[in-house]
Amino acid sequence: MLVAAVVQVTVLTGIRVLGAEPDLLLVTIVCVALVAGSLPGAIAGFAGGLAVDVMTLGTLGTTSILLTLAGYWAGRYGETTGRGRSYAPPLAAFAISLLAGIGGVTLHFLIGQPVSAREALVVAAPSAVLAAVLALGVHPVCRAFVGAPDALDGARQVELV
Amino acid sequence: MPRNRTARTAVLGVSVRRPAEGKPSTRTTAAARRRLVVGGLVVLSLVLVTISFREDGDGPVASTQNAAAAVLRPFQVAADRVAEPFRDAYRWADGLFGARSDAARLEKENETLRQQVVESRLAERENERLRRLLGYLNGPRFPEGYRGLATAVLARPAGAYAQSIVIAAGRNDGVRVDDPVVTQDGLVGKVSRTSSRTARVTLLTDDQSAASALDVETDAFGIVRPGNGPRAPLRLDRVPKEARVRPGDTIVTSGWSSPRLSSLYPRGIRIGRVTSVGRTDTDLYTQVQVTPFADLSALESVLVLIPKERETS
Repeated sequence: MLVAAVVQVTVLTGIRVLGAEPDLLLVTIVCVALVAGSLPGAIAGFAGGLAVDVMTLGTLGTTSILLTLAGYWAGRYGETTGRGRSYAPPLAAFAISLLAGIGGVTLHFLIGQPVSAREALVVAAPSAVLAAVLALGVHPVCRAFVGAPDALDGARQVELV
Repeated sequence: MPRNRTARTAVLGVSVRRPAEGKPSTRTTAAARRRLVVGGLVVLSLVLVTISFREDGDGPVASTQNAAAAVLRPFQVAADRVAEPFRDAYRWADGLFGARSDAARLEKENETLRQQVVESRLAERENERLRRLLGYLNGPRFPEGYRGLATAVLARPAGAYAQSIVIAAGRNDGVRVDDPVVTQDGLVGKVSRTSSRTARVTLLTDDQSAASALDVETDAFGIVRPGNGPRAPLRLDRVPKEARVRPGDTIVTSGWSSPRLSSLYPRGIRIGRVTSVGRTDTDLYTQVQVTPFADLSALESVLVLIPKERETS
């Protein structure tokens, strides 16, 4: 997660591919959450966001709150509807990237920082598509590093009410 | 049948234990723990946001952030150095792909700027012409009893046989047939036809034109008519032989008037300069060639002289 945060802040910031801004950290968090579950996803999101806020010397907590929720939502999706679906990583990355873009603009607006909603929304759609493409490559890597999804372990538990 | 087994499980023969009453299941506990942790992280983020704002950059959290940033700095520098060649390659490729579109864009921009330069020069010339017209309008040479209506020339003579122009003022602007038309240099002609927004002006060089005139230096009267060629566009006709007209004399409108009739042109409007004078024994009048002061072949804006008494009546 730290590597993804460093690469995101140092290498990928400012790069645009066909009008889209690559967000490797968000995609990594989504993939980790899909593989490991909502709780590790939320913790990874918080840690990654905190690292970004520290490295950019920005307002602490702004990125981490967004990425915490992103990781948790991706994890819940992986544990429920998206379990075992091959399209889950790109779909989750696409949707969460869109929501994170809108949420980021809203959050920065609420804390009084200068933001351009128009510019953010123009970039959000192509960035979400790029995130979906990135997820196709990042998900196998996360799977190899983190291991088999914990979410599948839950399937072995049978509970009758 | 034990209490913790249902009838269904007994029938199916599956050995599944029901959670003991009063105790939460493992799944419920995991969900609660999960929500608790996520809620805690969100609250922690909000607390960090609040503290970051309140500390204003010099509190313990800010110090911790600075220290952590210092710790992470070497990683950032290393990543930056590793990524630099790739970033350069990306920029080079991006620039290569963008070069064609940049060239097209710059070419278009260049064309637009050239057009703007041309328009700017035209506007500058127009401004200069209008200033000169305004100077004439407010100067002592402007005839009394007239109002000057400055207007642009829309169409110029189409050929040698069409000695008229079209101006951008018509009946709606108060222009009427026979109104004199001048520039700051001199007489141009008179209005020969009007529409609501435009009017046709017959130039002095037209065969149908004639203006009573006089030589300012000798007071010799005559009638200005079209000349015989481009080198002598006008001639002063009906000048008596005894009149001492000389080359270089200035010809102006005479502006005669009687109780019932008056000249179309007011007195004193400059027409042209005498270029040659010829006398033969057989001719009844002196042959006087006149070059007009106004450049009738390059008119861009003119003044229509509108009588004030017509406007008041």
